[in-house]
Amino acid sequence: MTLVFTPDQDQFRDSIQRFLKDKMPTTEVRRLMATQRGFDDDLWQQASQQLALTGIHISEDLGGAGFGAIELAIACEEMGRSLFCGPYFSSAVLSAYALMLAADQDQQEQWLPELASGDIRASLAITETATIWSAADIQTTANTSGDGQIRLTGSKHFVIDGQTADLLIVAAQSPSGVGLYLIESDAPGLSISPLNTMDPTRKMASLTMADVPAIELSRSPESLPSTLLSAACILLANEMVGGAQQLLQSSVEYTQLRYQFGRSIASFQAIKHRLADLLLDVELARSAAYQAAQTLADCGDLAQLSQAQQRQLTEHASLAKAAVSETYLKVALETIQLHGGIGFTWENDTHLWFKRAKASEVLFGTPAEHRERMLSAMTEAATKENAA
Amino acid sequence: MNENRIHTEVTQWLGQHWDPNMDLITWRSLVADSGWGAPSWPADYYGKGMSPQDAAMVEQAFAEYGAVGAAQSGVRMLAAVTLLAHGSHEQKQKYLRGILTGEDQWCQLFSEPGSGSDLAGATTRADLRGDEWIVNGQKVWNTSAHHAQYGLLLARTDWDAPKHQGLTYFIINMEQPGVEVRQLAQMNGHASFNEVFMTDAVVNRDDLVGVEGGGWQCAMTTLANERRSFDRARDVGGRKARKGKIFSDLEEEFAIANEPYTWYPQRAGRVDLIMPRAVETGAINDPATRQDIARLHIMAECAKWTGDRAKAAAKAGKPQGPEGSLGKLAASNVARLASRVHTAISGNDAMLTGPDSPMDGTIAEILVSTPAISIAGGTDEIQKNIIAERVLGLPKEPRFDDGPFRDVRRNTGPAADGTN
Ligand SMILES: Cc1cc2nc3c(=O)[nH]c(=O)nc-3n(C[C@H](O)[C@H](O)[C@H](O)COP(=O)(O)OP(=O)(O)OC[C@H]3O[C@@H](n4cnc5c(N)ncnc54)[C@H](O)[C@@H]3O)c2cc1C
Repeated sequence: MTLVFTPDQDQFRDSIQRFLKDKMPTTEVRRLMATQRGFDDDLWQQASQQLALTGIHISEDLGGAGFGAIELAIACEEMGRSLFCGPYFSSAVLSAYALMLAADQDQQEQWLPELASGDIRASLAITETATIWSAADIQTTANTSGDGQIRLTGSKHFVIDGQTADLLIVAAQSPSGVGLYLIESDAPGLSISPLNTMDPTRKMASLTMADVPAIELSRSPESLPSTLLSAACILLANEMVGGAQQLLQSSVEYTQLRYQFGRSIASFQAIKHRLADLLLDVELARSAAYQAAQTLADCGDLAQLSQAQQRQLTEHASLAKAAVSETYLKVALETIQLHGGIGFTWENDTHLWFKRAKASEVLFGTPAEHRERMLSAMTEAATKENAA
Repeated sequence: MNENRIHTEVTQWLGQHWDPNMDLITWRSLVADSGWGAPSWPADYYGKGMSPQDAAMVEQAFAEYGAVGAAQSGVRMLAAVTLLAHGSHEQKQKYLRGILTGEDQWCQLFSEPGSGSDLAGATTRADLRGDEWIVNGQKVWNTSAHHAQYGLLLARTDWDAPKHQGLTYFIINMEQPGVEVRQLAQMNGHASFNEVFMTDAVVNRDDLVGVEGGGWQCAMTTLANERRSFDRARDVGGRKARKGKIFSDLEEEFAIANEPYTWYPQRAGRVDLIMPRAVETGAINDPATRQDIARLHIMAECAKWTGDRAKAAAKAGKPQGPEGSLGKLAASNVARLASRVHTAISGNDAMLTGPDSPMDGTIAEILVSTPAISIAGGTDEIQKNIIAERVLGLPKEPRFDDGPFRDVRRNTGPAADGTN
């Protein structure tokens, strides 16, 4: 465990920060969130091609930059800070991990370079009704017809950026268990309907599939849903840390500017102490997110985890998801409170982060579910040790 | 230095010198003189000028060898860092060795009945007469003062200077007629802190630390190090039942000199006992308690990793970020939550104490000791003021205590003279 960034990583962060500061001010966030697509093609191209952000953790021979989870986490944190609007999390994070985990060599060679270059955008469709991913929640079926063609039938919800994806990676049940399947967005039998999301900076869609032709990703290990969920939680946690930090900073700045009773409201101890508490919360959350990213980075090939690695990954991922999502929401609520009336207006930017925090609280599972998932992994480990 | 080389060198030295049948002081004198007892100290003063990381390697090599290291418990290390930073050459020569050998115990004479958080409001006075400072006044809540040979004393030497500039830092010999120490009973049944009355007590001129009027800076050094120590679990003595005179001496040191610290692990909440207790009681199967346990585990892990981040940043030569100032506040939160979770796990048994309480009283001791951690070494509120002002850069608290200290409004009446 290192928990400290290298000078190269610091530099990498700086360059993303500069880019986003320039290209993704809240005026731009507001413009994009009001559109159906939710992102800007030129900006997406710049992010993918000039900064190579879409292929950070994809290996170089597959067209990526060949970095790991730490660098990806840095990018997510910075995007969370600026509320970057674009299918980054859905495509570069979730879908790339899904392909790395489940696709065989040929499939990876076919799809990952295009994902890395940002030329195609993919979305991951797992959730049906439950908040936390589980095999039991997956009712969508994959049937092989007489001609050998696999076809998916069922429906998926909360598919991030599903309405603009070129490619959908869908979890479905086949007679041999849960697996991941690829379908193209213009496939016959598929209908995609956008959802009205509270957080308009993160678009979501529902899929309805009736005998949609699909390709099976052939390397689906048994631990796949769990590993994928852990990776998703870890990168989301890092994204959330960026947002929480941004909110804290805005509270610290605003309370110093705002005068009441002849003094800045930041000089009132009630407010100083709340900000000190928030700083502690944010730093603890940051530690959880960074440690979890480190754990993910240390895992190496995610398709070949030992049981101990799997447990550690589950524990740290769920720990980070639970810790950071509660902190993010708390900081968002406190930031509104510390702004007073203006904090409740549409014009003030705080609600943009509040909504991201609110949605991120339940995305991939509630804090309570993740506390339980963490503890189960820990007690399982304890029982194993006792038995040994 | 290369890590392996350090390990080899220490192990070789131990191979030549370690003998568990020596008495403890003789052994620790050897350790102190060799520089291995405090390798991060300067080579001129019982150290080897090593980085903290290398010094940690040395400590590890001692532990692996099963050898006893220099004395570390109590206030001694706070005395040492303060003397190393502000003391004279003579003071360092005179006092540092006894700190490492364990021959001398130290205590911290800062808080007074009238000034605790507001440490700079001390009214214990020191007046120079000839070559001696004559000390009069009262200190309170002084841990281990009843075992101490020396005290770190903050006293007022100038009543016309502003509050923070009229203080001077002294080393006071506790074993003299002018110093009276009375143990104070605590709510957890221990009596590890004391009140200390000084009546014409004498401090030699050479025992003034730093400069006259510079006491506040020295006290800050002591406090900063004390606060940093709260996020570390205290070593309960590092003793295992092993044979030899050294170990029986160590046992005795533990029973007497270190007795005031036996409850310190409990005041930190004993997060390590949560899972075993939850399994033992079956509380691990209760969904609501599981959520509490998980919350605590998360908070404790995050606090630990935050401390690790601060250390890693320091090691990498990066400027200290906010993570370095948060340890004490985090430790209070962890202890408070741990106490609640222990209660939930214990159920009815949380009403019991002493041998009737689970784990032979340990659980009860946690419940009645955790309130101390958010007071000792600077309260949570003071920590939050510091974080808000120094880390976040928020405005300072309004002050009503400038001008000559003589004119500053302060405690009078019962609380100020120590009677209740
Ligand atoms: C177990 C234990 C061991 C100790 N060991 C030692 C020792 O070895 N040597 C030593 O010198 N002292 C020692 N102390 C004393 C300790 O440092 C003081 O008790 C502490 O600093 C608080 O001071 P006080 O008791 O005077 O409380 P006060 O300062 O009177 O505080 C009372 C309450 O007011 C709050 N308060 C005070 N000022 C402010 C402010 N500016 N803003 C907001 N709130 C404020 C405090 O947070 C607290 O809640 C020990 C205390 C304990 C509990």
